[in-house]
Amino acid sequence: MKRFSALSLLRAGLEGQKRWPRHWRDPEPAKHYDVIVIGGGGHGLATAYYLARTHGVKSVAVIEKGWIGGGNTGRNTTIVRSNYRQPQLQRLLEYSLQTWETLSDELNYNLMFSQRGAVFLGHSDGDMVKLAERGDSLRCAGIDAELLSRDQVARLAPCLDLSPDARFPVLGGLIQKRGGTARHDAVAWGFARAADALGVDVIQNCEVTGFSMTGGRVTGVRTTRGDIGAGRVGICVAGNSGLVAGLAGLKLPIESHLLQAFVSEPVKPMLDTVIMSQSIHAYISQSDKGEMVVGGDPDHYPTYSQRGSPHRIEEVAAQAISLIPAMSRLRMLRCWAGTTDMSFDGSPIIGPTPIDGLYLNGGWCYGGFKATPGSGRLYAHLLATGASHEIAAPFGLDRFERGATIDEAGAGPAPQAR
Amino acid sequence: MMLIACPHCGPRAHTEFSYARTMDAILPLAVSAADAARILYERENPRGPSQELWRHTHGCRSWLRLTRHTATHVITEVAPWPPTGTPG
Repeated sequence: MKRFSALSLLRAGLEGQKRWPRHWRDPEPAKHYDVIVIGGGGHGLATAYYLARTHGVKSVAVIEKGWIGGGNTGRNTTIVRSNYRQPQLQRLLEYSLQTWETLSDELNYNLMFSQRGAVFLGHSDGDMVKLAERGDSLRCAGIDAELLSRDQVARLAPCLDLSPDARFPVLGGLIQKRGGTARHDAVAWGFARAADALGVDVIQNCEVTGFSMTGGRVTGVRTTRGDIGAGRVGICVAGNSGLVAGLAGLKLPIESHLLQAFVSEPVKPMLDTVIMSQSIHAYISQSDKGEMVVGGDPDHYPTYSQRGSPHRIEEVAAQAISLIPAMSRLRMLRCWAGTTDMSFDGSPIIGPTPIDGLYLNGGWCYGGFKATPGSGRLYAHLLATGASHEIAAPFGLDRFERGATIDEAGAGPAPQAR
Repeated sequence: MMLIACPHCGPRAHTEFSYARTMDAILPLAVSAADAARILYERENPRGPSQELWRHTHGCRSWLRLTRHTATHVITEVAPWPPTGTPG
């Protein structure tokens, strides 16, 4: 791996950027690996990297049916934060956020991680009470949170509609200053390059079509490029978890739904933080290219189509414009949808499956991007040792039948929560 | 946008309807704890035709059984549910 440095960038510039080597190899699958990770998204690649880096697992492969980072890693709204309400999620996402903070250096790859702050707006007295409560809970857990007055919000984001007769009047907010955004594709590429340098085989265009089983234990995967043996196999394909687990005869507490997102044409800097809301469901940030990036609710029915309905676009655009009126003058450039693993309590699943040798990381609903490095570290721990890390332990697959769900939205057993 | 042919109201935009759950996830009243956990939480989650329970929430409020393809969104069947009598 050729390391990036100021000197190497300067030299490559003088040479016309022509001498960069491949960032990762394109290996043929070997006959056997100690650990196979199915799914070359951010989570899968991070898992492979930490398996090699932290746990010293000698032979690791990531198997991806398309190209790396081509699923939800490349379809999210790039927001990173840890200001959740449930203590288990706070621990998980704070673990991840702390990993983000040093990740660009560790991977020698510019992830464009920008801690520009993540603000929840409050629009009523009720909202402000809830935000204060959430802030207190976060600070008790050692996570940064600061309640903002209306004037502080106004200084932070003057483009918001701050008039008293706004559709959603702004009474204040809650900011996590360490929250922000990261360049989503770079996360997949950075982990792939760093994992490859440690000897991990990143195998693209290789779809898993089944599992090899011996005496009730998974001993490998069947793929479109032949059978590959494995000591342990980790599923990491959020969006398609049900389909891949189904190949092993498992049924999961997951439905695949879709989430849309949108970007506008690029404009000059107008918003240098992430805006979310306690009452309405639009989240807005501005990319480094200048596009306004907006997301909202999922479409709320099972689908693998990766295309959404216009009514959601209309609803999210209306909410975004009510918060930032100037956005009404922007043209929307693109909209797209990702297939999300909707779990039945809105929280992810990281743990063993009922089948020996087969593990699951999925059910991230539409909040998985922020967890990428933390999820990778925790899943690597599980795949290397066979036991869950204490932070991942509450997120086991068996929590549903035990009634130990982690229900951030308080929505009950329906695959419609965050 | 899907067009759903409500047997009572005719074809309507899917925004009038709400998805409830898949047909195999309807919980009977008399059921053991183990079966309840299985029915509530385990899903086929197929990529293909799926039997689903929807409701015409912003219309006649009837429950409906749909056969719908989860990748193409083609709806091949809409039937009242339960098949006879008033919705339970």
